[in-house]
Amino acid sequence: MSDKKIFIAGFGGQGVLLIGQMLAYAAMHEGKEVTWMPSYGPEMRGGTANCTVCISDEKVASPLVTECDVLVAMNGPSLEKFEKMLVPGGHLFINSSIVPGKATRDDVNVHYVDCTKIAEEEVGNGKTSNMVMLGAIIRKSGAVSLDIMDTVFEDTLKGGKAKLIPSNKKALTAWN
Amino acid sequence: MIKKKLMKGNEGFAISAINAGCRYYFGYPITPQNEVPEYMSRELANYGGAFIQAESELAAINMAYGAAAAGGRVLITSSSPGIALMQEGISLFSSVQLPVVIINVMRGGPGIGSIQPSQADYEQVTRGGGNGDYHTIVYAPASIQEAMNMIYKAFDVADEYRNPVIIAADGMLGQMMEPVVIPEMKEAITEERISEVKPYALTGHKNKRAKNVINSVFLKQEMLEDYLNEYWKKYIKAEEELPEWENTKLEGAEVVFVAYGSTSRVVIEAMKILEAEGIKTGLIRPKTIWPFPKKAFDEIDPETTKKVISVELSMGQMINDVKLVLEGKYPVELINRVGGMLLDPIEVAERTKKIMEVK
Repeated sequence: MSDKKIFIAGFGGQGVLLIGQMLAYAAMHEGKEVTWMPSYGPEMRGGTANCTVCISDEKVASPLVTECDVLVAMNGPSLEKFEKMLVPGGHLFINSSIVPGKATRDDVNVHYVDCTKIAEEEVGNGKTSNMVMLGAIIRKSGAVSLDIMDTVFEDTLKGGKAKLIPSNKKALTAWN
Repeated sequence: MIKKKLMKGNEGFAISAINAGCRYYFGYPITPQNEVPEYMSRELANYGGAFIQAESELAAINMAYGAAAAGGRVLITSSSPGIALMQEGISLFSSVQLPVVIINVMRGGPGIGSIQPSQADYEQVTRGGGNGDYHTIVYAPASIQEAMNMIYKAFDVADEYRNPVIIAADGMLGQMMEPVVIPEMKEAITEERISEVKPYALTGHKNKRAKNVINSVFLKQEMLEDYLNEYWKKYIKAEEELPEWENTKLEGAEVVFVAYGSTSRVVIEAMKILEAEGIKTGLIRPKTIWPFPKKAFDEIDPETTKKVISVELSMGQMINDVKLVLEGKYPVELINRVGGMLLDPIEVAERTKKIMEVK
């Protein structure tokens, strides 16, 4: 059984919930069981947002997580608040574009992703910064396969949005 | 492979209702169920249906009353305080035996409360907050797929029993996403066929039949007593035919949990933790909470079971039904969180060990 519990946190408007949804779509298209659960409340742009994604070969029982295999900190407060949730040996992704601090854990795999800079300079579209992070998560954590993302984009970016597929795809592999 | 779709609970609820032939929706916004009216406002007209955002919950339930009286398949959704406002209407529906499906995406209460998931409306939905002798049939789904299947079926059950059917969901089920298989589209009953399928409906007699009257007032109390004794038979039938449950690992269990809805999922995770520590546990999951699935408890293993624990997001409401069924045969304990706070598997496991006096 290959269970993966993923926790993504940041500011509202950074695409935190979308990153989680894309992972959930990918897991579903791979034929896995998956749940996506957002924080919800009196949220606002610039406030905090987080979501959990549980991927499993078996039916997912609780969609909530108290510890996770993958933690994505899109902003500084999220790193401080949630770093302890990560299991030893887990993957920690830090959006180094805006997170000034470093990880304090030395028993996890830390990946610094300069999302904004890569999106602007490598992809040529600043709006794809969350997809840069998504690509990093996929390639380093192995939660889902990179190949399945073609299917995910076709499923989620239809009609007028189809034109966004090339830049989103490019963003997935922009970080090294 | 059957094609699955990733879907938010609230959207899934709406789609399932439409595919079950629901063509009338009346609602008033309230978190955490707003995606239902949002979806209905966008989609229902495409199926020839009618969506109305009412000026209040009271208006919404009474619009539903009118549509149901005219023979329509009607869906009402709200969250706890909104459902509280509708109780007068639900009693009215029951009194004149009109079908309606009501989804309560429960949140913390009492009063305006919080907007986070809760199960504190157990008594409201199973006992009824309206006046008089009536029951509502209540399904308690634990996943989005199960909720969709229950909603799909609920319209038929409501029609068969001519009674309100409530889906007791919660904020977690409403807000989360899971892959689902969408139930197939059923043909909605056309206006021409309504009087055939629902002979009581107010379709206009056109001087061709005696007029139908839907009326809740009985000025002669003798007649009301006769009416109630007669219509009560359907509740006895419901208690025979409708209870649904899922039992897991009761044989050899030391502890039997009773949990419904999203809370049962947390319990399943806690059971794995406890099993790894050598504590054998089982689960009774009521899928209907009225009628309460009494027979599920017959499967408790009397040789091994020491305690029954009701796990719920309320101060202890379902626990009373559990105690009634068990008639003192086992000690019944409570593990709970309230106000919109959630249980996590580790907490359930720890509190179970404390109850069982295991170190």
